[in-house]
Amino acid sequence: MNEQLEQTAPIPQVQGEHAPILVCEHLSKFYPQCLALNDLSLSLQPGRIVGLLGPNGSGKTTLIKLINGLLTPTSGQITISGMKPGPQTKAIVSYLPDRNSLPEWMTTEELLHFFADFYADFDIGKAREMLQHLHITEKMRLKTMSKGTKEKVQLILTMSRAAKLYLLDEPIGGVDPAARDYILETIISNYSKDACVIISTHLIADIEKILDEVLFLNSGVLVMQSSVDDIREKEGKSVDALFREVFRC
Amino acid sequence: MVWKFTEDRPIYTQLVEQLQLRIAMGQYPPGGKFPSVRELASEAAVNPNTMQRALTQLESSGLLYSERTAGRFVTKEADRIMQMKKEMAQHLMTEFLRGMKELGFTKEQTIRLLQQMEEESI
Repeated sequence: MNEQLEQTAPIPQVQGEHAPILVCEHLSKFYPQCLALNDLSLSLQPGRIVGLLGPNGSGKTTLIKLINGLLTPTSGQITISGMKPGPQTKAIVSYLPDRNSLPEWMTTEELLHFFADFYADFDIGKAREMLQHLHITEKMRLKTMSKGTKEKVQLILTMSRAAKLYLLDEPIGGVDPAARDYILETIISNYSKDACVIISTHLIADIEKILDEVLFLNSGVLVMQSSVDDIREKEGKSVDALFREVFRC
Repeated sequence: MVWKFTEDRPIYTQLVEQLQLRIAMGQYPPGGKFPSVRELASEAAVNPNTMQRALTQLESSGLLYSERTAGRFVTKEADRIMQMKKEMAQHLMTEFLRGMKELGFTKEQTIRLLQQMEEESI
């Protein structure tokens, strides 16, 4: 009897090693007079740190906004853990925008509670610990912080969620090399086998060592998806060098 | 020791070499506990899966072994470590001899030069 009950119960989504966390199928996005993404299909596994690389205007931010549900595709579809972008996927997707999106007047303490209220998976203790480590006090307001510190605070808030998919849009642009190292270190130390991290950037040399695989976008087309060490093995050069070759102006 | 990577080769092979060097130098002594993938990945600032791949290779070549719950250890066999050192030395010498040959020195001349240098430094 029990067995029968179990059989008739809805089958939970299988999240084995090979269940992709993100699937994009024939994704296109038209802006007025501009085709931002052109028939893009890809699939990403959990436990991977993925670089989304491409020159300015290649569609990186558009793709991230589509995955996050801030934009809707013109055609094609996106699924995150089998679900279309919406409130349920926002609960498992942690997004770091390419510019500050947080209220400037808030103190770090207020920001911590802001995140704790919005996201059930936010680990306030972990965020506090990381902020303390950087000597950012609870009473500091966002607007009084330097650009680098602001970016670090945003990254800490984003990475303190136990999400399944992290979307980091240009997390290392515009910060000094020491802050860059800290950001990369934070991404590595928060690595989880169950989560996928997508990092968009054009600063490839800095980030190459922490990536499993890279996606090359050019004019809205996915021109390559490959592992970093495969590129180095086959081409005998770094991803950075290959990028410069592929996108030579 | 600083972790350094060149552009032209896979990162995991470079990790294997640098970990071997650390074992050879006794930074991780024979029979001693080896740091976790997570610790090493953070230290070298590399992707944890890449570090995992390097450690798997060191395990399959017998330099490391794992114990189910206790983690990874450096081999206790001094022979195995000596064999690795010899392989690394061979590699260094091959590179050196190739460089000397490019400069136009024969093997005999090279050996004489080495001896001369040794005597001068005493």
